[in-house]
Parts: sequence; structure tokens; C-alpha cells
Amino acid sequence: MLAETNFTAAFPVSEPVVRLRDFHRSFGANTVIDGLNLSIAPGEFVALLGRSGGGKTTLLRTLAGLDSVGGQDVLIPNSRAVVFQDARLLPWKKVWRNVALGLKGPGVRERAEAALNEVGLGHRIDAWPLTLSGGEAQRVALARALVREPKLLLLDEPFAALDALTRIKMHALVLELWRVHRPAILMVTHDVDEAVALADRILVLDAGRIVAEEHITVQRGERGDVGRVLRQRLLGHLGCEITSEHVLSAVDVGASILPFPQGASA
Amino acid sequence: MPRSTQFHRRLASLFSGHWVSPVVFLILWEGGSRLGLIPKSTLAAPSAVIGTLVEMLTTGELPDNLWVSFLRVAAGLVIGLSIGIGLALAAGLSRQGEAAIDPIMQIKRTIPTLALTPLFIVWFGIGETPKVALIAFASIFPVYLNLYSGIRGVDVRLIEGARSFGLSRAEVIWHVILPGALPSLLVGLRYSLSVSILVLVVAEQINASAGLGYLVNNARDFMRTDIIVVCLLVYAALGLGADGLVRLIERRALAWRPNLAEA
Repeated sequence: MLAETNFTAAFPVSEPVVRLRDFHRSFGANTVIDGLNLSIAPGEFVALLGRSGGGKTTLLRTLAGLDSVGGQDVLIPNSRAVVFQDARLLPWKKVWRNVALGLKGPGVRERAEAALNEVGLGHRIDAWPLTLSGGEAQRVALARALVREPKLLLLDEPFAALDALTRIKMHALVLELWRVHRPAILMVTHDVDEAVALADRILVLDAGRIVAEEHITVQRGERGDVGRVLRQRLLGHLGCEITSEHVLSAVDVGASILPFPQGASA
Repeated sequence: MPRSTQFHRRLASLFSGHWVSPVVFLILWEGGSRLGLIPKSTLAAPSAVIGTLVEMLTTGELPDNLWVSFLRVAAGLVIGLSIGIGLALAAGLSRQGEAAIDPIMQIKRTIPTLALTPLFIVWFGIGETPKVALIAFASIFPVYLNLYSGIRGVDVRLIEGARSFGLSRAEVIWHVILPGALPSLLVGLRYSLSVSILVLVVAEQINASAGLGYLVNNARDFMRTDIIVVCLLVYAALGLGADGLVRLIERRALAWRPNLAEA
């Protein structure tokens, strides 16, 4: 059940949490984003694929509010949070203070603790970040993002630095948290399989434009078959030429990754 | 048999320790003095130095003068560190501050502080002021240079991470930049402390009527090498104490660094 590929992101019916119209961004003579249209509905899980230098990072920085947009038509929610590839925890603050960074009001520690329990790290609440493993640090980063109850959660290749096993557990955790909190998610990734396994919608960004868009309506965990077809198409969009031989091996690899363990917890 | 080998092993490990060579050195020194190979006017024997130390402690001569020197260093450090930290914050946290302050500081860095002694005497006379001023002036730079580069060296990704959570500029400075620059500040502090003791030695040669430098100058006039050595010991102890103080601060303030125990 794949929608036809079209070249402008569809505008959903409900009021979107993110909306960019004809967005441009350039550094000097170098145009990084060139007339991009993007709309993300509340609670939607969008994956953004693209080659290095295709504008993914620039787009993410714009959505994170880290770059000024110079009066362009950009709508981003006030409550947003980012999980970066490197967890970016402040090493001089204990885990719970990292989670509570910038939070105000009473019961901050309790809120941080609740978020840490959600990611299964309640027992590391008073640990120093440098004593955490990569997976643990990334879970703290997730807790730090979720404690703010963001309308928009930006994931910048959050699992790229993790080993395969930890990554699978993190996928399950992210889905679980997404189902509970229902933020709109934009996940930047290099990993086509990851995108197919997690997202409702996959965008391919190249040369500052969205060159492909795929909607996936098949339930997560049952995407083995459509995943194979989709994977091949997406790799094609990414400019990755595949001979039939490669497709076979790619499908083998894909099949072992795609069936997603429903309800698995990290 | 096993007991004797154990004994030998203990004996061997006893004599491979780091303390062996200094002790041998002291024994040779003492022996040389007693045999008359080292005249008293050249260098007093270790035993004589210890005797003098005890005497100077009991008469209060050493504590009194040490206190005077300590006050000079303390006053100089408080002034110098305040200026150094203030300038580093201004230069590190704002572009205008950097443009205004850093070039001058880099130029000044090339002038050895002690070369300014004559000028300071002309400006401040020969009382307490030039002594404190020299120490203050010298201790500005290590702390300035280290804190400034520490602030500029804070990981940009951490700053952006904090900004992405909506922290204000002041909050970013407080939660990210200042703690991130703290290790550098402490390195600068350590250098400033040792520089201040170095400058103290020279500054106290300026017409002092009290203080460690006064003791040394007096001892020189009377060829009292024992007193000179006692003062050298005190300088060493001051240096060690300053270092220990910064280590203590580091252990408390940088507890988050897992490798601190090995450092």
C-alpha cells in the first residue's frame, strides 16, 4: 500500500506542527536548500533520507531553531527537542540534571526521574554522564527530549553510533515513547531499513529539494514484503545503482532487519 | 629458607623506592659537612638546617615573616586573579571584548613581568605597593590565557545542544560555558600560584624589612647559609601547598571526570 511518489510533500488536512513553504538557505554562493516545501502533521513519524551534503543537517538545524530563517515562511512549534547523534550530555552535570536542563518550577527532579524511568534508566539518575555506555547516553538524551513533552521531536541520526543490537532496542524504545507521547517526529537517518521500519512517511532530500516521498500504511512489524520493494526504490532515489545480484543480497539483509519485534523493550 | 628469601625480597623492594636517592644525597651532604669537605660558609649541614628551622619556629621569627610574605602573595593574587578572570570572561564571552582585550594581553605576554620591576619601583616606591603590584600583575596572565582559551574551547556541539532546548544566552553561559571552561581555569590558577611565589622571591628583594625575602637577604649579609636553606625549604613548601590546594579544588569541582584519579 504505497502511495505514488510525488515530488512535493503533501499537506495533511489537520493543522501541521511544521510547515516550510518555498524555503531557501544558502551559505555564500552555495545553495544548500532550494525551494523546499515540507509539512508535518501532529504525531506523524517522518524519516528523512539523503546523501551527505544533501541539506539534511541544515534542514534539521532550521527546524531546531538553531539557525535564523530570515523572515521566510517557516512554522515550527515552540516546544521542540532534539536528540543528536552524539548524546551531547553535559559531562559536569549528573544524569538527572542533564535531563532537567532548562526546566523550571517545582518537582524538576521528580519529572526528570519519571522520564529516566521511562527509558529504563531510573537507576542511573545520579550517575555522571561519562560513566554511561553509548546506548545509555542516548537513552538519557531521549529522556531529556521527552521530559519537555515536545510537539516536535527531532532525531539527528540518533542511532548511527550504536552497535546493531543496541540500535534495535533503541528502535523499539523510540516507537514505544512515540506511542505514549505522540510528538511529531522527524528522524534524519542514513539507514534505509531504519526509515522503513519506523516511519509513517519517508522523504528523500537531495540537492536541497525533496526528490521523493513514500507513505507507508502497512503496520510496523509487518513491513517485510513492502519493505523490500520500498528499500529498492529508496536506494534508487538515493542514487545507489543496484544490480540484480546486489538486490538479492540486499533483500536478504533487509529481511533479517525489517520484521520489527512488536512491543520489544530495551 | 622461605623466610630469608622473603626478607631479601623486602630488602630489595625497600631499596628500589624513590626515597633512596634523596636520602643517600642527604647522608653524603651531612657527611661532607662533618668531615669539613663542605665549609659552613658555603652550605650548612642538613642537621644544622633542621636545628635552625626549629629555632626559627620557636622564636617566632619564621612564622612572623612567613605571615608577612603570605599576606603579600594573598593580596597580589586576589587582585591579579580578579583582573585576569574578569578580562578573560569579557574577552571570551563577547566579540567586542575579544577585540578590545586580547591583542593587548597577547602583546603584554611577551614582556617578562620581572623586567618591569624598575618601572614599578619608580611608580610605586619601595614600600608594600610595588611588591603586591608585581605579584598581582604577574598572576593576571596565566589565569587570563587559560580561562580565555578554555571558554573559546568549549565544545560548540554542547552549546548548540543546550540552545536547542531553548536555554537563554545567560543560561548557556552558566550551565555550559563556565563549567566547560573550569578545568582550564584551574590549570591557569595553578600556574598563577606558582608564578606568584616566583615573583614574591624577587619582589621581596626590594627594600624589605620583613618577609621571607628579608630573611634571605639578611642571612646573605651574615653568610648564614643555614637560614638561606631554611627559606628555600619554605619556598618549596609554599609551592607544594599551592599545588595541593588546586588539586583539592580540582578533586571537588571536577568530580565528573572519571580519569581524575589517574591524573
